[in-house]
Parts: sequence; structure tokens; C-alpha cells
Amino acid sequence: MIKVENLTKRYAGQPAIQDLNFEVSQGEIMGFLGPNGAGKTTTMRILASFMPATSGRATIAGFDVFEQSLQARAHLGYMPENVPLYNDMRVTEYLDYRAGLKGVPHRRVTERVGDVKELCGLKEVERKLIGALSKGYRQRVGLADALLHEPDLLILDEPTIGLDPNQIRLVRELIKNLGKQHTILLSTHILPEVEMTCSRVIIIHKGRIEACDTPENLLGKIRQAGGVILEAKVGPDNGAEELGKISGVRDVIVDTDGDWKIFSLRVESGVDVREEIFRLAIDRRWTVRELTQRRATLEDVFVELTHPDEVVR
Amino acid sequence: MRKFYTLLIREVRSYFYSPIAYVVLIFFLIISGIDFYFQISFMNQRQVQYTVQEAFFNSVFFWFAFVLIFPLITMRLFAEEFKLGTIEPLMTAPVRDWQVVLSKFFGALLFYLVLWIPTLLYFAIFLQVTHQPAAHSAGAYFGSYLMLLLLGMFYLSIGCLTSVLTKNQIIAAIISFCAITLLFFLGLVQFVLLDVSSAARDLLGYFSAIEHMGTFSRGVIDTRPIVLYVSMTVVMLALTYQAFQSRKWRL
Repeated sequence: MIKVENLTKRYAGQPAIQDLNFEVSQGEIMGFLGPNGAGKTTTMRILASFMPATSGRATIAGFDVFEQSLQARAHLGYMPENVPLYNDMRVTEYLDYRAGLKGVPHRRVTERVGDVKELCGLKEVERKLIGALSKGYRQRVGLADALLHEPDLLILDEPTIGLDPNQIRLVRELIKNLGKQHTILLSTHILPEVEMTCSRVIIIHKGRIEACDTPENLLGKIRQAGGVILEAKVGPDNGAEELGKISGVRDVIVDTDGDWKIFSLRVESGVDVREEIFRLAIDRRWTVRELTQRRATLEDVFVELTHPDEVVR
Repeated sequence: MRKFYTLLIREVRSYFYSPIAYVVLIFFLIISGIDFYFQISFMNQRQVQYTVQEAFFNSVFFWFAFVLIFPLITMRLFAEEFKLGTIEPLMTAPVRDWQVVLSKFFGALLFYLVLWIPTLLYFAIFLQVTHQPAAHSAGAYFGSYLMLLLLGMFYLSIGCLTSVLTKNQIIAAIISFCAITLLFFLGLVQFVLLDVSSAARDLLGYFSAIEHMGTFSRGVIDTRPIVLYVSMTVVMLALTYQAFQSRKWRL
């Protein structure tokens, strides 16, 4: 559905994205992750034909986004970041106008506008001025607009930014349902959301793709490199030093909770040190109240890939 | 064509969403009303060689209002879209750049033409009350409204160009106001500088909006100004189109 080859964009010589290569196939929900300024919006704007790439090629449904931009745009529902809208139009009026622009046939306009209003929960505000809507409703108007012409592909730039948890849940459900008929590329900062909705994830950092895989595989790669937490009464011993000697432990961070000490161990990938710790504790007669392997989340993957120098806790 | 029509409708409507339309309409109504009133009361006091209709379209009031309205009409056209960011959903919809440029220009032109509708009423009322026509002939009406259309097209296209160059409406308004008044005064130079050679005076005369209006409002339809204003409008719109497209290759 989307095919990106060696896509590069420079602003005043400064590269915003460099040699991006990826593909999104029909029916996939692709998550697009990266820190602020990593090049997510730039990539999405290029795909939406809003700006051209400096070099490289991108196609949508087989149409080049630059050479055959009109056809490419006709196959695409795009929701820009922060959803710019005409504040002085009413919701229904705006959607009618957008339907006309997107070439929805005359006799189907009322039906389509009604459908998307239903789908995005806009019925109760349909007669309101867009300028008077809350952030959540504006977001929904943007989404409704993207869906109007029943595009094969949806590109959503931060669809849940600035929403409250209830609204995020609603939008997430909506996206999940849409994923049944549409191909979706969505960018976000909210990682649990990606774990829940996306079939594949691209992590982009400083304009380059750092990883592109399913969330499970990404987690699999890093899960072993997670950590172990030990809460114990170690008496007079310096627990951290002893624990540090176990092979496979990279470093130990200590916290105290009254008599209890809480050790957070960072462990090399592929090693399970829990057994060793258990033996050590028996050896030294430590009282243990917790020994767990902390499960890595997508957040760990994200932090590891985009901030490799910082301590991963 | 349907997309152009959809865009055009929105452009015309958008004038009436904002208070700008009403402010401009009322301002214009007041000035043109004063103009009409003064011309008639002046004529009541002395014998003159021209008709009410001629006087109306050639007075100081008329030109004062005339140069002021264009920046007000055009400043928001592109600048507002850039500022609000609505250019992004607009240009990611399957529409062509020229459709957007032309719909904005013709939207402004339609609004501008709406401004003139009340003046038709003035002449109708004049006829009703005095039982004599305000002009010598129908051609005089036709000529003056044709010149209004031509000048309007040209000045609005200048406004389009300045609005596409910035995301600040005030800057767009000031630049187009300066450009339009400069062009307007270029036509006045011939009256000020009596000692310039006649060739230079003639040349400036060709650009004089006042001169053109004077001719046309007498009912003389000269093809030269028609060619001048239509071609200048095309040039300005072509430049607007290029500037609008340049957002793709700048940076």
C-alpha cells in the first residue's frame, strides 16, 4: 500500500529524514514511533503530497506521491498533526465541503457525511461551530474528514495527542475497528497504544529507521536485556557489591525502604540470573520478599533505541 | 470543475462567516452614499458639463474607498490558510494548485461585485425621484461597470499575490495597499509634473486608472485598457500560482 525507497528530505541542507526504506502492506496497522523532531511528521507530509522529498521515491497504492500526486491523494485519508480546521464553519458544513473536495459523488455526500459523523461520535455537535469545539471533538472532526471518501489508506499524525484517557480509549477503539477495512499508518508518543493497536512498528530516530518489526519481536529482542528486582533484608552485608559479582549483571542500583533494600539489576541479554541470586541469598541468609524479572515494555525498546547512552532502568 | 465550484462556494461564504465582509460592506455603503449625495447637491448648486453617473464614478470619495477595499478583501485569502495551517488539509485533498488559486481569486471577485450592487439602486432611485436618467446612455452605465470589473480584477490579483507571499494578513494588506496606491498615483503623476516631455506623460496616461474610468464612464469603450487590465490580471495570477507552488521547492 505504501512503498518508500531511499526517501530523504533536507531543510536548508539539514537532513530531516535520511534514506528511509519501508513498506506497509494492505490491511496493516503500522505504528510510527520516534522522539520529537525525529522526522515522523516530515515523512507523513511527504506521503500526503504536502511537500516533496529531496530525493528518493514514495508510492501510495502504486501512485508516485510526487508525479501522480492527485491519484495518490485520492487514495489517502490524511489527518495532520494538531488538526487545523476552519474555525468559522459548522461541523456538518465542513464535512460537506470536504466531501465535495474529495470527489464523493453528489448523491452519496449526505450518506457519507452521516456515516462518518455516526462513526466518530459527532452527532451531538454537528451544528456547532468548529471553533467552539473541544480538542477531543476537533480531533474527531479531523478523523471524520480523513474517512469521508472511504480511502484505502489512512495516515494519522498523532491522532490521540492532547486527549484525555477516556477519549484516547475511544480513538484507540475506533482505530482498531478501522484497521479491519483500512491500511493505517499512525504516529504517536503513547507506546501502550502502539502495543495494543499496531501490527508492526517503525522506530525512527534522527531521521533514520532504527527498527521495523512487530511489537512482539521488538520486545523479544529486548526482554532478556530487561532487569531483575530484588527486595531483601541483607543485614550487615553490602548487597550491591555481592550481586554485582554475579556473572551477567551489568550494574546494580540500590534503594531503601525501611529495613528493606530494593536492588534493581540490569542484566545482559539472554542471561537469567534469578537462580544465582536465590543461591546467594540463601548463602548469606538474606530475607527475601521479592524477586522478579521485570518485563521490558515497548517503552524500553524505544528508550534503548533512541537514547542508547542513557541508563535503561 | 466540481472541485473548483466547491472551493469557490466556500471562498464566497467565508467572507460572510467573518465580520470583515460586513465591515467592508458598511464602510463602502457609507462612502458611496456620501459620494452620491454630494455629487447631487453639488449639481443642484451650479451648472455642470457632466452627468450624475459620471460624477459618481470620478469623485475623490469614490477613489478613496476604491483603493482601500482591495487589501481588505484579499489579505486573508492565502495568509489565513498559512497561519491556521488549514493549507495542509486543503492541499492534501485531491485538488490542483490552480483550482485553489483561481477559486480564491474568483471568490474575491464575486464578493467585490456584491459590493457594487447597492450602487445600482442609487441610480434606480434617482430615476424614480427625478424622472430623469443619471447618465446620457445605457453605454455609460455599461462602461463604468465594465471598468469597475477590469480594475477590480487587476487590483484583486495584486492582492492575491501579496497574500500568497506571507502568513501575516497585516503584512499582506500593507504590501497590496502600497502597490495599489503606487499604481494609482502613477496615473496622477502626469497632472503633477507639467514639465515632463509629452511622451512620458502619454505613457503614464496609459496606466492612469482615473483616465480610464473617465473615458469608460462617458460610455467610450476603449480596447486598450481592457487588454492592459486583463493581461495584467493574468500575469498577476500566474505569479500567484508560481508563488503558491514555490512552497514545494523552497527550503
